[in-house]
Amino acid sequence: MRTCLVVDDSSVVRKIARRILEGLDFQIVEAEDGEKALEICKRGLPDAVLLDWNMPVMDGYEFLGNLRRLPGGHEPKVVFCTTENDIAHISRALHAGANEYIMKPFDKEIVAAKFQEVGLIDQTHPTST
Amino acid sequence: MNQSDYEYLRKLLKDHSGLDLSVDKQYLIESRLLPLARKAGLADIGELVQKLKGGSSAVVAQVVEAMTTNETFFFRDKVPFDHFRDSILPEIIKARANRKSIRIWCAAGSTGQEPYSLAMCVKEMSAALSGWRVEIIATDISQEVLEKSKAGIYSQFEVQRGLPIQMLVKYFKQIGELWQLNPDIRAMVQHRQLNLLHDFAQLGAFDIIFCRNVLIYFDQETKINIFGRLARVMEPDGFLVLGAAETVVGLTDVFKPFPERRGLYRPSGTAGAAGRTGTTWPKASAAARL
Repeated sequence: MRTCLVVDDSSVVRKIARRILEGLDFQIVEAEDGEKALEICKRGLPDAVLLDWNMPVMDGYEFLGNLRRLPGGHEPKVVFCTTENDIAHISRALHAGANEYIMKPFDKEIVAAKFQEVGLIDQTHPTST
Repeated sequence: MNQSDYEYLRKLLKDHSGLDLSVDKQYLIESRLLPLARKAGLADIGELVQKLKGGSSAVVAQVVEAMTTNETFFFRDKVPFDHFRDSILPEIIKARANRKSIRIWCAAGSTGQEPYSLAMCVKEMSAALSGWRVEIIATDISQEVLEKSKAGIYSQFEVQRGLPIQMLVKYFKQIGELWQLNPDIRAMVQHRQLNLLHDFAQLGAFDIIFCRNVLIYFDQETKINIFGRLARVMEPDGFLVLGAAETVVGLTDVFKPFPERRGLYRPSGTAGAAGRTGTTWPKASAAARL
């Protein structure tokens, strides 16, 4: 089973994301900020990271830079999931090595579509209707 | 809604759009037409039917639009667009090396996600298409959705279903909460209102036809008729792309499935396909010269 690290300082968002991703057959690990997420990644890299931007201690952008510098740290697919929905933020994230970008609010269809886009879900997985 | 109102609406939709509702689709009518009835100041579907019987053609058009508008999104189902990029375009580019022109028809263009997805694919291949004329014609029965398509403006939800983020950054401009396709991509698509039940020979001949998730609403006889007419406006070596739940198998032999490419069909040469070798079609002003 593929693993996804859900990083968000809101427990409500983590719960929603967990429910959606478990429905897509992912095993979920949660972290409430970038620093805790980085500790988890140092112990073992997940297949995917669903990543908030604004968090206390270490934000998502800084986490991404640190993750990509870990040995094998370019492997996990990183999907930002944030209220920062302007082109400037999106471009910065892509430049720093994000694979996809979800603008909140999100639903199951968007998460499924984005995870399909980065090759984490089979193409035949239904994304709608 | 009583049974006679339902039967009246079924027949009206069948006559005007070819939409073939089975006997148990009352919920669909309710969910699509009740908001329309309310907007017109009518109490319920019964009053709407009375108005239709009074012969208001504007209301007929609204009812047909409301019932035939279907959800769509960018790169819907992904696979057909992989086929388009990896199989269809390379083959057509090879076959049209002298003519350097490609005509593509989206027969149910809806709010534009499909024709614009094709336009973005074409744009991504512009190195191989330098100096080519690529026409993408989007048709739909509904004027309302065509207007939305022309504007090329989508909500944050719409641009996140199927559209890779790199393409959003590359081809869209943010307008507040909304996203608009850049003018160069919008200019690649021409829009025409068209009911597939009516003659479409005037559109000319096509190399590629996307006709996805629209024929499922037609009855068998209508489907066969449309396949026959599609074959006649298609180049003998063209491609037809159908929706995931659609097929020609068991209905007609004017198209045959393309091996190992689900949803992809080619003319079988039995319908006397148009073939426009030596024919010149009117140059449309919106055609993109790459």
